[in-house]
Amino acid sequence: MSGNHANLSELDARVRAIESLLVAKGYVDPAALDALIETYEHRVGPHNGARVVARAWTDPAFLDWLRRDATAAIASMGYSGRQGEHMIALENTPQTHHLVVCTLCSCYPWPVLGLPPVWYKSAPYRSRAVIDPRGVLADFGVTLPETTAISVHDSTAELRYLVIPMRPVGTDGWDAQRLATLVTRDAMIGTGLALDPPAPDGGAA
Amino acid sequence: MNGAQDMGGMQGFGPVQPEDGEPMFHAAWERRAFALTLAMGATGSWTLDQARAARESLAPDIYLASSYYEIWLAGLVALMRDRGLVRDDELGDGCVRVPGRPLGKRLAAEEVTAALARGAPTERAAPGPARFAPGDRVLTRQINPAGHTRLPRYARGRRGTIVAVHGAHVFPDTSAAGRGEHPAWLYTVRFDAAELWGPDTSAADVCVDCWEPYLEPLAEPAR
Repeated sequence: MSGNHANLSELDARVRAIESLLVAKGYVDPAALDALIETYEHRVGPHNGARVVARAWTDPAFLDWLRRDATAAIASMGYSGRQGEHMIALENTPQTHHLVVCTLCSCYPWPVLGLPPVWYKSAPYRSRAVIDPRGVLADFGVTLPETTAISVHDSTAELRYLVIPMRPVGTDGWDAQRLATLVTRDAMIGTGLALDPPAPDGGAA
Repeated sequence: MNGAQDMGGMQGFGPVQPEDGEPMFHAAWERRAFALTLAMGATGSWTLDQARAARESLAPDIYLASSYYEIWLAGLVALMRDRGLVRDDELGDGCVRVPGRPLGKRLAAEEVTAALARGAPTERAAPGPARFAPGDRVLTRQINPAGHTRLPRYARGRRGTIVAVHGAHVFPDTSAAGRGEHPAWLYTVRFDAAELWGPDTSAADVCVDCWEPYLEPLAEPAR
């Protein structure tokens, strides 16, 4: 897990050889490979999850559906399938902050967040999140009050977790589209909080 | 398997290092390795659990020294080699020496969107009634199987509470061993952090998703 890329060209050549071999043997369609990459590099990503969160903040019936059947509620917005087959929503409150990890591999809710960042798959995060989540949050510059309990969720099965961060204060009257701009990927993993709204123009601090 | 993949609670790896503006892939080969892994998975030649088991079978020193897509690539090669789909001499230069074997399926480009949207749900018909209900106290089994399991070391032989019941799901321990799906009830079990770590933790609790074969009822004296 060193991230040592000294052998980059060697890996490049090795993967090229494997791809030619699998194509020549008729196992894979190179156009399907391109389609898979295109999907995860450009179409699926945390903007999907941000829309789910913003709707949960503004639509009580949807929030209730998320609590009862997050898979169906999220699928109703068009986000479903691979690595999101069985979804659970975790709501942060002043009392409880949820943090999601996969200590055993890299389980992550692809339909709503896309592919996981390197740090999520790294040894420092996978080892420490379950024992010292406050230390992990400090690495992200986040400090929570001691009165907020941290509940860690280890994704050991095919359930995938989406954290619903607390709605920032000062956003009364905002619609879901505007609210979604405050919802970061890290806030939906639990390693961050939703962003505060920008200070109003000319507003005194 | 008590391999390097089972990292929960290990210490000494240093701080988490988030990368600002991180790209989805860090090298061209990562894109292709990712897509090859998904496309070969779609052929139905192995289960998701067998794929995880293959990655975990890397020797701990190699696992820890590898990037995540290097681990995926090594797992993919091992899965294909074990099934006779490719040979070492072919992997070296990419030239076919024995013709490809017929596989269950070849994912076509126009099928990608639908296949991803479908995914691969793991819930199955329940084999019988659930043994536990929310609120029940349970003890995780003390197990150390040589094969694949999804009960992390830090959560073995520990006392917890059932907080949710999720239906019956494919049991990874048998699926990874090629011994069938054997669907089992799946629960979220909440452990007080002190039960797992003693005083040396900043968590309040840790929730782990556990299949019924990992659990036994906990009989505690009334307090």
